[in-house]
Amino acid sequence: MITSRKLASFIRLGLSYIILVILAIAAIYPALWILLASFRPGKSLYSKTLIPDHFTLAHYKELFTSPVYMFGTWYANTLKIAVFSMLIGVVLTLLTSYALSRFRFKSRKTTMSTLLILGMFPGFMSMIAIYLLLKEFNLLDTHLALIIVYAAGAPLGGTLIAKGFLDTIPRSLDEAARIDGASNFGIFTRIILPLSRPMITYMALTQFVGPWVDFIFAKLILRTKENWTVAVGMWDMVNTMQNSNFTLFAAGAVLISVPIMILFGFLQRLLVDGLTAGASKG
Amino acid sequence: MQRYKARAAVLSAIFMGLGQIYNRQFIKGLIFIAVEAAALFYFITNLGRAFWGITTLGESPSRLEKVKGIAKMVPGDHSIVILIESLITLLFFVLFLIVWYMNIRDAHKIGAERETGRPSNTFKQSVRYILDYKFAQSFLLLPGIGILFFTIMPIVFMIMLAFTNYAAPDHIPPARLVDWVGFETFRNLLVLKSWSHTFYGVLTWTIIWAVLSTITTYFGGMLVALLINQKGVRFKGMWRMILIIPYAVPQMISLLLMRNLFNGQFGPINQYLGYFGLGGLPWLTDPFWAKVTVIIVNMWVGIPVSMLLIMGVLTTIPRDMYEAAEVDGATNYQKFRIVTLPMILFSTAPTLIMQFAGNINNFNAIYLLTAGNPVNGNYQYAGSTDLLVTWLYKLTLDQNKNNMASAIGIILFIIVAGFSLYNYRRTKSFQEEDMIQ
Repeated sequence: MITSRKLASFIRLGLSYIILVILAIAAIYPALWILLASFRPGKSLYSKTLIPDHFTLAHYKELFTSPVYMFGTWYANTLKIAVFSMLIGVVLTLLTSYALSRFRFKSRKTTMSTLLILGMFPGFMSMIAIYLLLKEFNLLDTHLALIIVYAAGAPLGGTLIAKGFLDTIPRSLDEAARIDGASNFGIFTRIILPLSRPMITYMALTQFVGPWVDFIFAKLILRTKENWTVAVGMWDMVNTMQNSNFTLFAAGAVLISVPIMILFGFLQRLLVDGLTAGASKG
Repeated sequence: MQRYKARAAVLSAIFMGLGQIYNRQFIKGLIFIAVEAAALFYFITNLGRAFWGITTLGESPSRLEKVKGIAKMVPGDHSIVILIESLITLLFFVLFLIVWYMNIRDAHKIGAERETGRPSNTFKQSVRYILDYKFAQSFLLLPGIGILFFTIMPIVFMIMLAFTNYAAPDHIPPARLVDWVGFETFRNLLVLKSWSHTFYGVLTWTIIWAVLSTITTYFGGMLVALLINQKGVRFKGMWRMILIIPYAVPQMISLLLMRNLFNGQFGPINQYLGYFGLGGLPWLTDPFWAKVTVIIVNMWVGIPVSMLLIMGVLTTIPRDMYEAAEVDGATNYQKFRIVTLPMILFSTAPTLIMQFAGNINNFNAIYLLTAGNPVNGNYQYAGSTDLLVTWLYKLTLDQNKNNMASAIGIILFIIVAGFSLYNYRRTKSFQEEDMIQ
């Protein structure tokens, strides 16, 4: 009896490991491939082997020295936009989700439905209108415009997810704090914020990654090359060269991905660790 | 019996803030007066033009005129700019009306309280009252304004465009004017053979894509999360780290990368298939295989997100639920079905629906990978893997058929919103959200 159960769990674990290894290879391979390609001499997409014969840093050098690619400037621009839109966006999303999760007020369900519906409208259908709106306020070709657009859009995408998470934080914690004399704001900063760290991390990351990826709005709003973000730059690179300089693209891709991946590495513990386990009893 | 409330309300209706001052609430009153003054200043110059603009969309196109014998270009009305300016002004006007209404109601309420003999609140007390009882609403104000101007206003604008004839080649400002045409655009899209054939074709593929891509990523993510979270699996942190990698690579990069990876001629995938003696597949160039490719690539991009989300939910499931199930002698499968699955579904139902909606509108996955290609000769400006969203994008930016694009956007929106809203209102987290507490 005991041995058969042991055998069963052995098989289960063995199968799990096999599947995990296959998945891991599938997950790593494309990233590894582009990393190695960025060190490969030459320009072509095709290569006989995965690992190049010898490594070169020429493509990276070209990105920063060539007058055509202002990669350093784009990089700084993107970082700036990403940080600010992340900060503002996360605050806005938290405000809405906290209000919707913890308070019962009249138009609450309407607000939730409205958020849901608005989130489903194809984003760039509003492109032309936003373009004209920004033009009205003389904000075209500024980074402020992008920050505003990204941050204002954040509650649409994130609120319902964040609210779902906040719902799982036991309400008994709020009530205990209220009995101890905490105000609404106090409950928010001292109880909800620390307990929703995983959720905040998740939102902050998605919000931070946005500007590195979005080329549609960025391309529309940022007109001069010095103001571009990396996404616009890369998009332009791929489009004008028609993939004839694949290794250069690879180098740019690595430079964009590495900081974001490092960030993930640091924060992934927070991303997954729910902190409520036992908090209610504690 | 004094009649404070009627008098205060009337005063506030005449000029915002007067009622408050009548109620001895001076700071509040002055704030309201300042708002009304600013509003008057703004609307006197703009409101009339806004009404004119939104009804006529401009009257004179730019034209050549003879000035002292020399033909000169005279700039006329730019219909689209006029439309959006009018819209912004009207939006401010609606906001103003709401504030005005609230101001009257406030005066009325305070007046009524004074009639019962209670002194009106000081400014400090009013602020406290708002923080204690209207906390949620004041929290929602700031995000609300952002959404109003950057989401609702643009949407209204786009809806309006669908009822105009704003399209190349005949109605592009500033050279020509744009006019209201009613439902003509919709009629063309749904009935006119050349447009409707493309529309129904693209619509069918959009739905197939949304269903398949949502299901594959969600259940794929759940499977991976459960695999890693199993009792006895070692190095949980390492597995998680490795499997997050696709999520950590910025989406735009990974999609452009995949485009190269699946390249039919030089891409590594076909190269490896060749090593096994298999012929390469036309991953991106054959209509059928291109569809398969986008779904596979979307799984690669999307599974880590679902995995993270579901792992997060798994850690919030109270341990005592499992302990109780174990005491009752539940098997692993039963524990999954009775405890894990309902808890996951409960917490992630909103996400699942948002993912479905997001996939219908998943512009990046298609546009960066295949750009809607391979080209389909039977379609009007669309390719085989084009979703409604990417088709709409092409119509707007490449073809300048703005009214048609808006009409497609509206139809798309009605389908998605109707379905999702119906579904969402039925999910537990909407109806019985206090269940877990």
